[in-house]
Amino acid sequence: MNISLDPWIWISALLTVSIFSFLYRDNPFYRFAEHIFVGVANGWAVTFYWHNILVPSLFDPLFRRGQLLLIIPFIIGILYLTRFIPRVSWLVRIPIGITMGYYVGASIPADVQAYIIKQTQGTILTSQNFQAWNAGNMGVVWSIILFVGVICTLSYFYFSKEHKGVLGITSRIGIIFVMIGFGAAFGYTVMARISLLIGRLQFLLGDWLGVIH
Amino acid sequence: MAVILLIGLIGVAPPTHVRAYDTPDDGGGSIMVEWHLSQDDAILDGYEIYRSNDGDVYEKVGFIGRNRTRYEDSNTEDGENYFYKVVALKDTLKMYSQASQPVMSSPQWFDLPKLNILIACVIFGGLILYFVYHARKGKELYIRKIAGLQAIDDAVGRATEMGKPILYTTGTGLIGDIATIASLNILGEIAKKCARYDTQLINPHLDPIVYTVAREVVKESYTQVGRPDAFDPDSVYFITDLQFAYAAAVSGIMVREKPATNFLIGWFMAESLILAETGASTGAIQIAGTDRVPQLPFFITACDYTLIGEELYAASAYISKEPLLLGAIKGEDLGKLIIGAALIAGSIIGLLTKLPILNLFK
Repeated sequence: MNISLDPWIWISALLTVSIFSFLYRDNPFYRFAEHIFVGVANGWAVTFYWHNILVPSLFDPLFRRGQLLLIIPFIIGILYLTRFIPRVSWLVRIPIGITMGYYVGASIPADVQAYIIKQTQGTILTSQNFQAWNAGNMGVVWSIILFVGVICTLSYFYFSKEHKGVLGITSRIGIIFVMIGFGAAFGYTVMARISLLIGRLQFLLGDWLGVIH
Repeated sequence: MAVILLIGLIGVAPPTHVRAYDTPDDGGGSIMVEWHLSQDDAILDGYEIYRSNDGDVYEKVGFIGRNRTRYEDSNTEDGENYFYKVVALKDTLKMYSQASQPVMSSPQWFDLPKLNILIACVIFGGLILYFVYHARKGKELYIRKIAGLQAIDDAVGRATEMGKPILYTTGTGLIGDIATIASLNILGEIAKKCARYDTQLINPHLDPIVYTVAREVVKESYTQVGRPDAFDPDSVYFITDLQFAYAAAVSGIMVREKPATNFLIGWFMAESLILAETGASTGAIQIAGTDRVPQLPFFITACDYTLIGEELYAASAYISKEPLLLGAIKGEDLGKLIIGAALIAGSIIGLLTKLPILNLFK
């Protein structure tokens, strides 16, 4: 056993243990760590946005280099603060509208490409897609399973009709495919979470207590 | 040793046929350089790309490994002439190619390879507009029942009877995430129910912009049901924009405020299980929904009801019966039929003919 003498390791370790104590129940140690966590996160965020975004991307170019067009995003940004002045608080809807419009406009073509065009391309039954599985003759089988799964899953998410008759059968098959997918995702994600836990335990038992190397 | 000596004596062959052209279908600021491989490509370290404005003085702009015949210089000024040379590099030996013809970069209005995306957007957008138009005209649009939504009234009622608050989190998504926007629509409807029944709403946020929008949504909902006075500005608040600090804080709220109902609806990452498990341990009814596939299994495991993927988008339409949202769901449904038809037709063509059907979906 070789306990660390580094005060920062001790602070990290005690905060980690405090957060873990929530597994037992809510307690003053957890509350202390939680508030420290939130406070530090906010302090870090304010300085990060100030030094990495506001100053280099807005204030310096606008006020020092005279790039006057930046006055437009500056004013739009300022409008977010109008909600603190009740008489003009309605102005906050202008930047909200601009931000939402921009993000939705940017994300829709990307989503159509990633979730519709590319997935359709990968699902169509062709000899090229059979080979993409790299599974020899089984590529045909996997492609057909994928094809049936996609069609049936689409039918499950069809909202305009009650799931009865043929639609009832296909949607039931579809939800089975969905659940199999979730099962795989569950196992995969749990493995990733366990590796995070192992990382913390290695820190506690290795860096802090020196029990393991 | 003999090979190295030979290379030292006669050098290496330079690449040939260097061609530079404006990168097609881009926003400008980029030139593509292509060449034929050096005859000694197999022994090279790679190729260096040199650029000049006047054809006299060249500066190195990039390096690429051997057996490569293309390099994109994505740091050019539009409207300026550039000459390029490609250099075969072996240790300290350099063999320069002939200079390319002058070329200048320029932006294009249309990204032609993405024409299929534009067509898909126009088709789906047109369908949605068509159904929105008819919904506004008063046409009845049917949407089937969704299990999780049937429980919302019960969940709000339970909180009211118990005199406990309702916790609603939109997750850790930004305003550009469709799940977040869908969640904000649902939040508006739940806020209306809270206003009617005088139930306390707790709505903590991770993103400052989502918080600002959510605050307006909740305030508007209270006004719409005639209870603007009941809106508590402190019920919608920002916590922090760090994921796990947010998860720690919301977990704390769950165990201290003990909400009767937790709504975990929106865009979630690893915090999904932390929140869902903590909520379950407090005995609250939990209704979750997200389109994030890796997080859905955790919600299904730890929550009472889960809106899976597109059910989340349909949910806001189902609850609100807003013509705009109903029309969108109907349009999406028809879009799914078109996708299904495209899959079947594409497969028939792909299996029976040699037409390059997959190229339509590149």
